[in-house]
Amino acid sequence: MIPQNFDYAAPSTIEEALELLADPEAKALAGGMSLIPLMKLRLAAPGRLVDLRRIAGLREIRQDDGALRIGALVTHSEIESSPLVRSRCPLLAETASHIGDLQVRNAGTIGGSIAHNDPAADYPAALFALEAKVKVAGKGTERTLPLEELVVDAMVTALEPGELITEVIVPVEAASTGTSYQKMRQPASGFAIVGVAARLEKSNGRIGSVRVGVTGLGPSGFRARRVEELLDGTAGSDGEIREAAAVVAEGVEANADLHASADYRRHLAQVFTVRAIRAALARAS
Amino acid sequence: MKTEISVTINGEAHTHEVEPRLLLIHYLRDVVGLKGPHIGCETSICGACTVAVNGKAVKACTMFAVQADGAEILTVEGLAENGKLHPLQEAFWNEHALQCGFCTPGMLMTAKELLQRNPNPTEEEIRHGLEGNLCRCTGYQHIVSAVKAAAARMGG
Repeated sequence: MIPQNFDYAAPSTIEEALELLADPEAKALAGGMSLIPLMKLRLAAPGRLVDLRRIAGLREIRQDDGALRIGALVTHSEIESSPLVRSRCPLLAETASHIGDLQVRNAGTIGGSIAHNDPAADYPAALFALEAKVKVAGKGTERTLPLEELVVDAMVTALEPGELITEVIVPVEAASTGTSYQKMRQPASGFAIVGVAARLEKSNGRIGSVRVGVTGLGPSGFRARRVEELLDGTAGSDGEIREAAAVVAEGVEANADLHASADYRRHLAQVFTVRAIRAALARAS
Repeated sequence: MKTEISVTINGEAHTHEVEPRLLLIHYLRDVVGLKGPHIGCETSICGACTVAVNGKAVKACTMFAVQADGAEILTVEGLAENGKLHPLQEAFWNEHALQCGFCTPGMLMTAKELLQRNPNPTEEEIRHGLEGNLCRCTGYQHIVSAVKAAAARMGG
């Protein structure tokens, strides 16, 4: 359980970090909750680790132009307990509180989780439901792209070699918006076997602006657009919710492992979609 | 290449040259000689290696010692003050919150942060807070009771 040796650098600016990451042997280290276990198993053996945690500018949460801008190095426990996130984007705070356990949440970061793109991570459900954007910096470059474009496949993103996620951008939600994250938790690791996040608005007895994000079911998180379409404009009766949730796994290549077969995951996805929508509806006003 | 790190552990300053790959748990146990934090699963699940780094409970098996450079670290050895047990340690004793004791150092360190954040937790909140610490002896009930008792003692 001892990783292969490596060089270590802890730069204090993004520019310095990007310079160091231009080396193809280098790998960025954030909270280390995914990378360090992989290194201990020698499934990863980077020649150099560039520790990002000394870069002050990556650890802030601020509100700006109707959006929350969350630094890539903000930990899950900081998101879970931030008064700003809890009041302006409660779905993200709620989702963060379900990640791993207290110690993992104290170390793991939102940028690290997104860059790792584990199919069983919790954040993707909320981030897809929130239509989050991600700011990415490279050496002399900067771009902002929707999460949907960043996520490619299990553990694969559209990040170019040497690029870093610097910020995650989520909308500021109206207090009347109803949101909820519901998951089936793998009891030992806390990972989501399936997790579903829902956000919706209610006006004149009708549901609108429905967004549903799903994690754990397929190779990556995704937005369940068919579910959203079926639910939009309905009164949100039990039958309507069930009918919409029934299509959540359509067209998705479901994961299978020792914890849950593909069929069971598809079933769970429907059950947890129903629960997330019901809970979101109960919170909407 | 070795890197020099300086850390404060249980109030005492330490400086060592370490390989970057040295895990914090191995640094604490083998270099500094503190055997309180235990190595259980070594896969970030069991929580027996939990210590506080800058006031935050973390699993020392999933952190490199170099990442802790400049940090204040508290291990179970630093919980008692002036020969007097921490209220959590006393409560674990009084409530029989351990049998073999292997998980206890980690349980105490996580419970300490739990009570800092939430001085008067419900049973459910205690169980949620301790999710990252596994115990194979007690069935957890006595651990939960001990954390409750400590919360009451500490004025929560």
